Amino acid sequence: MANAAAPTPKANMGPAAPRIDARLKVTGQAHYPSDTPVGNPAFAVLVTSAIARGRIERLDLDGARAVPGVLDILTHENTGDLNDVKFGHGSGTSIEDLGPEIQQAGQIIAVVVADTFEAATEAASGVKPAYSEQTPSATFGSQGVTQEDATKVSPQHKHLPQAGDAEAALAGAPVVIDVEYETPTQHHNPMELFTTTCAWTGDRLTVYEPSQFVYGLKNGVAHRLGIDPDKVRVVSSYVGGAFGSKGTMTPRTAMIALAARRLNRPVKLVATRAQGFTIATYRAETRHHIRLGAARDGKLVGYSHEGFEVSSRPDAYVVAGVEDSAQIYAFGAVATKVNIVHADRNTPGYMRSPPVVPYIYALESAMDEMAQKLGMDPIEFRRVNDTMTSPIGNRPYSSRSLMTCYDQAAAAFGWKDRNPQPGSTRDGDWLVGYGCATAVYPTHTGPAAARVRLKPNGEARVQIAAHEIGNGAYTVIGQMAAERLGIDLASVTVEIGDSRLPPAPVAGGSNTTASSCSAVLKTCDLIRARLFHAAVTANDGPLAGRSADDLTLRDVQIAANDGTGESFADVFKRMGVAIIEEYAEFVPNGLKPQAIADLYAGKLAMVGGSHGEKVMYAMGAELVEVRVHALTREIRVPRIVGAFAAGRLMNTRTVHSQLMGGMIWGISSALHEATEIDPRYARYVNDNLADYMIPVNADVDQVQVILVSEVDHDVNPAGVKGLGELANVGTAAAIANAIHHATGIRIRKLPIRLEKLLQA
Amino acid sequence: MRPFVYERVGDWAAATQAAGRLGSAPASYLAGGTTLVDLMRLEVMRPERVIDINALHDSRYGRIEFGQNGLRLGALVRMADAADHPGVQRHCPVIAQALQLAASAQIRNMASLGGNVLQRTRCTYFRDVSYAACNKRNPGSGCAALAGVNRMHAVLGGSDHCIATYAGDFAQALIALGASVDLISADGARTIPFAKLHRQPGDTPDQETTLRPGELIVSFTVPAAPWTRRSLYLKVRDRQSYEFALASAAVALDLDDGAVREARIALGGVSTVPWRAAEAEAALRGKTINDQTAMAAADAAFAGAQGRGHNDFKIELGKRTLRRALRQAAALEI
Ligand SMILES: Cc1cc2nc3c(=O)[nH]c(=O)nc-3n(C[C@H](O)[C@H](O)[C@H](O)COP(=O)(O)OP(=O)(O)OC[C@H]3O[C@@H](n4cnc5c(N)ncnc54)[C@H](O)[C@@H]3O)c2cc1C
Ligand code: SF4
Repeated sequence: MANAAAPTPKANMGPAAPRIDARLKVTGQAHYPSDTPVGNPAFAVLVTSAIARGRIERLDLDGARAVPGVLDILTHENTGDLNDVKFGHGSGTSIEDLGPEIQQAGQIIAVVVADTFEAATEAASGVKPAYSEQTPSATFGSQGVTQEDATKVSPQHKHLPQAGDAEAALAGAPVVIDVEYETPTQHHNPMELFTTTCAWTGDRLTVYEPSQFVYGLKNGVAHRLGIDPDKVRVVSSYVGGAFGSKGTMTPRTAMIALAARRLNRPVKLVATRAQGFTIATYRAETRHHIRLGAARDGKLVGYSHEGFEVSSRPDAYVVAGVEDSAQIYAFGAVATKVNIVHADRNTPGYMRSPPVVPYIYALESAMDEMAQKLGMDPIEFRRVNDTMTSPIGNRPYSSRSLMTCYDQAAAAFGWKDRNPQPGSTRDGDWLVGYGCATAVYPTHTGPAAARVRLKPNGEARVQIAAHEIGNGAYTVIGQMAAERLGIDLASVTVEIGDSRLPPAPVAGGSNTTASSCSAVLKTCDLIRARLFHAAVTANDGPLAGRSADDLTLRDVQIAANDGTGESFADVFKRMGVAIIEEYAEFVPNGLKPQAIADLYAGKLAMVGGSHGEKVMYAMGAELVEVRVHALTREIRVPRIVGAFAAGRLMNTRTVHSQLMGGMIWGISSALHEATEIDPRYARYVNDNLADYMIPVNADVDQVQVILVSEVDHDVNPAGVKGLGELANVGTAAAIANAIHHATGIRIRKLPIRLEKLLQA
Repeated sequence: MRPFVYERVGDWAAATQAAGRLGSAPASYLAGGTTLVDLMRLEVMRPERVIDINALHDSRYGRIEFGQNGLRLGALVRMADAADHPGVQRHCPVIAQALQLAASAQIRNMASLGGNVLQRTRCTYFRDVSYAACNKRNPGSGCAALAGVNRMHAVLGGSDHCIATYAGDFAQALIALGASVDLISADGARTIPFAKLHRQPGDTPDQETTLRPGELIVSFTVPAAPWTRRSLYLKVRDRQSYEFALASAAVALDLDDGAVREARIALGGVSTVPWRAAEAEAALRGKTINDQTAMAAADAAFAGAQGRGHNDFKIELGKRTLRRALRQAAALEI
């Protein structure tokens, strides 16, 4: 039987190679950072603030100190010497101090260190703060929030997409919709908690911490502590889920490093699940006001999108997904604006597909509403507005296969059977609805460096400080080396997740495969060139005198087109070397060479997406069937079909897993996930995995992934468009649209829980 | 978590003696621990002594027995064992279903029936000790849920002091089937109707049951009755497994040629205690079950319901849940 998890590769797709770390993970041999043994560790437990705004007036530590085994307690009184790292410059927040000022609920106010975890835990509850409290502002609509134009506060968003005169276009459009949408706070909740283990050897610090950017963390921690970055090593060989939450430095790392230095003993922290809601980042709630105008034939003439995003008091974290939404259809005129609303909250941050999840949800819902109003099939409506050029600056797409995705998904789904009339289809007590939406993710590529070593027996070692966050980085990096070096994947050892290795970008923006594989490709090509040179210039070898252009590496040989070959061993012998090792730096088109030096210093720039002469996006089409109980209104998703095109697919197995997981997360966004906030206290209420709702197996039925072939030579040398953050985009809209089709009820606020369907 | 003394006892006498020791520090029995250990970690429950009663499982505390007079379930029977028991499934499907639809397989394997009926509310403000106001945890401190995030809270049986939902499922089945509960303490044994075990919050939400200090649940007895076979548990929730009820209904019917001779109804997810819907039962007596009679019964059941904001929808949802359960139960083949 065909294995759905390992699809047969089509054109421009790599093999369904099993993950090289799969067995290690399922047998517990993969060491996550907190599993790494360190000698005689002390244990840290955090104390966090119960109020969101105010001051610590007194901190009574007597009870905590009285617990046997307590070694040290860090508070604002003994941690003031740490340097600040500004938000946006390596740190995910500027709320870094342990007080005395309290700027968010759950702010770390003390770190208790003890001989055992149990003693530290007990002592932590003995830390008694006395606060002077001010009324906090929790979110949109709360008293005391302030609002700013994102273009004024975010250097990355100085300009937002505009084209033509959208107001005039909308005023003159025969068909117009004017709608508002809302998305909730979400927390990443990776299985692996936020952990940090720090060990000093003399003046050298090693940090074991799950990180999506070891170079960023290394430089950030060094700055906080005021030491030379070269004295800091960050090790993060495996990350047990991250989704953006481990991409930027959090305040805890420097605190644990400091505690370890004060005690001259390794210190280990495993924060609790509840603390994870406030000591790291999250996806902030958003609001959207969208207007679309169309001609009666369905051609769009105008699109206006104003977004509102919550951020913390001191920081302006901006996602501004209009940057992407404005590119994806032939809108005609476009007007966009984004507002940042500052509340007394922890600073939000990257969460899987940060800009597009909320903004494409809103746009794709509006597209459905417009199709409905026009009386058009929603897929045909998208076809009418499909385009190979962005409406913003009329720039061409490097490649785009959206309608191919729709056609293949529609055929597999049986879309043609859809009765366009909402509320028309029923199966017993269940109302049935079909819905669709577009998935889209900007293609990013960043600078990266790699070191590759080849031995005459065909064994290779690849070193690059990329990150294995479940994305399959070990495997695809190994595959790229194996392919270029003409050896088996099993002969490749991949070392990643360590700041002693050549740098790679943050595992964010879905750039890992594109950037790392491009660097590995470039490095392997240096080895190829050396081997080819040795093979063709030798007087006695079988390939002597040939042109290097006719050669390739295959089966541990240098091989010519006509089948003549010479083994690595023979060429190495002639070269008089035992190993060949090369190091190369890859800088994508559009970045200055300085980008690599910046990367070494923990600073990252990436290219692609909406920026540049060509616009670069991975795309997909998601079609879902929902069922809503006619009486009690439970919502089920019996099937979901997604077809996706993303340039070269390195490995159909890891791709399949990313895309399937993405759609499942999309179900979660549509129906389950939301962090509830008590507006009186600006505190998260459901800060645990029993009350923070995500789908369980029983909620996920058929999930079909279709891989669509696509070739793109412009995006990067590897020809890869990142897709780790593609499939969870649009799903929520597809489900909301299907619920409307099933019930005739349009819900414009996520998640869609059954009470929203009861009233009608 | 705080340090505590752990004692393991081999029989009920030792258990009740340990719990009732005069002048001793507060003690809790430990069965599966899925409520107790959880709440000890959160420092909501702070027993200084924990008395492990799991060794009693090998006695009648751990047995399921059928007799002339009905079904007897020992307090240490695991949820999973009762749910999987063929006799329970056949004679009292509402019990098997209520257990099967509760929690997760892992928890059902650990958790005992006695512990299950004594599980504490899921009210967040109760479970997080950093919230000052919770009358249940800290009498007289107020109730953060009344004007707070109360989507999961009760619409029946609440007071201005507490609206915490009784979160369990199994108890509704016991209420519907008119079970009794056998208790023992150092002062002797007694049997009370299960419906008398839980107390509505009133102005003392910290007092959740009528158990006396140190009293141990021995078993539950479900009397044989004509309605036990035509019984079911319907649970409506935010996801399809591993989730507490937004609204649930335990229904047992004795039909005479389609007409209701006796209806037994308990509601979950909507009330502060396992809730007997006596008005709905009365409204159905002598009637055949159809859309109209089911709706009238549902309206009667929720006549006194009071929403507090986020949970307003539970009144409508609870009614619809009951209507659906009644129609399904009436249509059962037995
Ligand atoms: C994530 C999660 C989801 C859950 N979902 C559900 C659900 O959907 N439906 C549902 O019904 N439940 C659910 N539960 C609750 C679970 O069923 C209960 O925690 C469990 O049944 C308690 O049984 P236990 O044996 O583990 O009790 P313990 O934790 O051992 O004890 C609970 C309490 O009862 C006391 N006690 C125990 N046995 C006796 C006895 N014989 N006599 C006197 N006192 C005793 C203890 O002292 C303690 O106070 C869930 C729990 C969790 C953690
Ligand atoms: S509802 Fe009850 S348990 Fe919840 S906060 Fe109020 S008093 Fe406490």
